[in-house]
Amino acid sequence: MSSKFNSILDTVHPHRERLHSVRELLLANAMMIGEIPAPTGHEADRITFLTNRYTEDGLQNISIDEAGNGMAVIPGKKGDNNILVCAHADTVFSPSVDHAMSVTAKAIMGPGIGDNSLGLATIVTLPEILKRLEIGFDDNLILLGCTRSLGRGDLGGIRFFLENAKHPIRAGVSVEGIQLGRLSYSAIGMLRGEISVHMPYGYDWAKFGATDSVAILTKVVQRIMEIPIPMQPPTQIIFGSISGGTSFGTRPTSANLRFEIRSEKAGMAAVLKEKIIDIIEETENTSNADIQFSSVAERQTGGLDYGHPMVKTMRKILETLEVKPRIEPSVGELSELIERGIPSVTLGLTRGENKNEFNESIDIQPIFGGIAQLIALLQSIDGGLCDE
Amino acid sequence: MSDKIEKWLETNTFHHGEFWDVLNLVREKEKKGLKISLCIPTLNEEKTIGKEIVILKSELVERYPLIDEFAVIDSGSEDKTLEVAASFGADTYLAADILPEVGDKRGKGENLWKAIYQLEGDIIIYVDADIKNIHPRFVTGIVAPLINNDTIKYCKAFYDRPMAYSSGIRSSGGGRVTEILIRPLFSLFFPELTSLIQPLSGEFAVRREVLERIPFPIGYGVETAHILDVYREWGLEAFGQCDLDQRIHRNQSTNALGKMSFGILQTFINRLKSYGMVDKLPELATIYRQFQAEGNRYEQLTREIVEYERPPMITIPAYREKYGIED
Repeated sequence: MSSKFNSILDTVHPHRERLHSVRELLLANAMMIGEIPAPTGHEADRITFLTNRYTEDGLQNISIDEAGNGMAVIPGKKGDNNILVCAHADTVFSPSVDHAMSVTAKAIMGPGIGDNSLGLATIVTLPEILKRLEIGFDDNLILLGCTRSLGRGDLGGIRFFLENAKHPIRAGVSVEGIQLGRLSYSAIGMLRGEISVHMPYGYDWAKFGATDSVAILTKVVQRIMEIPIPMQPPTQIIFGSISGGTSFGTRPTSANLRFEIRSEKAGMAAVLKEKIIDIIEETENTSNADIQFSSVAERQTGGLDYGHPMVKTMRKILETLEVKPRIEPSVGELSELIERGIPSVTLGLTRGENKNEFNESIDIQPIFGGIAQLIALLQSIDGGLCDE
Repeated sequence: MSDKIEKWLETNTFHHGEFWDVLNLVREKEKKGLKISLCIPTLNEEKTIGKEIVILKSELVERYPLIDEFAVIDSGSEDKTLEVAASFGADTYLAADILPEVGDKRGKGENLWKAIYQLEGDIIIYVDADIKNIHPRFVTGIVAPLINNDTIKYCKAFYDRPMAYSSGIRSSGGGRVTEILIRPLFSLFFPELTSLIQPLSGEFAVRREVLERIPFPIGYGVETAHILDVYREWGLEAFGQCDLDQRIHRNQSTNALGKMSFGILQTFINRLKSYGMVDKLPELATIYRQFQAEGNRYEQLTREIVEYERPPMITIPAYREKYGIED
């Protein structure tokens, strides 16, 4: 390890302690952001909050782009390179959900507080944090609140930003509220799909073997579950949501399944997609139902190696904080960064529970270590310690 | 009467959006050399107190130093209210420990009264602890009129209570106790005070020179007593009110509101006695005053309600004749 890196590691614990001075600012930002509903595609109010904060902090180049992303720049002393720090602004919750947050001495509770109000609040508070810790960078720091990240949003915000970024980006850090120790440096192959079953008009319900849309969709699910899935490299098919019908005794005429294939093996998602399409076509022919498949989002596998300097740096920072790394591939913003060859990682900031449930919660105390790791990583990137 | 109320509504009714520039408020406060204290009276509020302190302290102490002193005054909570409040850096006090020589009485008014002794601000802001959607506007909206306007001494909050309405006009009312008890009483005895849209709201900011000169019922009647006493001493011009949009809080049961109304009625009648109005009731007004809002403009709706009484049927000759009732 270089002496430069050692001196960065030496500051991790002192920074963690000094970060308590921004506790109220950070938690207030997290709660105020959390109370602004932001389902995918409707993040404008959160992004306005973010840009207003940046205006109050006197940042430069504050803007909202055509995709709705909010951006600001903390100019570097040299400004030759750009480091991107991003957090997604959208949540899985509709505006009708009660977004009220509550706080105890140890935790904050409320829908979306971990995914990703805390992440967004951290990049909102970062200018004040750096000011209080008297930390400056040679590189420009681009702070980005991303829109349209989740579900059908399909990373639309970060993709637009990267396609239109004027300046080359040296490295990227994607910030998630939970879990502390998360270290994602590779993108997982992914396919997000939807299968819809509709019974055609005039379907003969009296015919022998006649069945309804839910029964047909269930058969499709059974067939998908019979597909052999390799254990290594890890591959999963997640049935995320199924819906159809209105009551106990009325035959449903339509049903819908949302699923996601994830695989660390290159090309596996595409192979499974073909098998699922075969199942759908066969079922359609034997049932007379109308079955549609649509691909909502796809990602390619790729990423940094375990031995990449950025990954090694992060492992060492986590070790200094005595936090065990949780290595997991990502389907989030990291995928887009990696696809463009930008060395990047995704970090988690604190411990939390019930992600994407109404009673989602985060622990307050570990946040300060989570932010200290982020600062140490940014200092390492800035100092050239994460370059290959 | 109506002209005066309309004019007052025009000049002394605000919307929190007018005071978005908190930095400007801080400058104005400093220019006038004002010290501002915030008091949150509590009793078993562990679920909401933490968020109130974090957000108000972050925004109005750390980010913009509008509040100079931030205190929680507690009536003896049995939950973790004080622990949570202290963990986020609020000064916490037990009402019983303040001015011990005058004894300890249990009630929100006691906390508000003892705050005058404990806190040193030229203006004291009171904010209830049960607000679920706490936001800096709950403070800036009610203190800004006092910072900007030297004649306003007492500023109350009022809120949008979501009601079904079509077009741009909506009825704008207080809570159930206000509409059923307070507004009819004010319409009868103190018609000018009907211009306060939510006289019972728990958020208000007051100058010390007023607070130290008025008595404090310790129970449900404190807000009503304040309004009557301030009105009698300084007139309608001393009041301001600010629209803070929505306030989400616990909904009280009808039973609880009944108890509250009983306490308020006691206070109201006591005030009538002390003002010498019981034996010399004024001509009772027959105009009932409510409000409607169009955008941020409020106007009174007046309606004449005359309670005409019929005599007992037995005094009507035709009735007596029909049923053969002799004199």
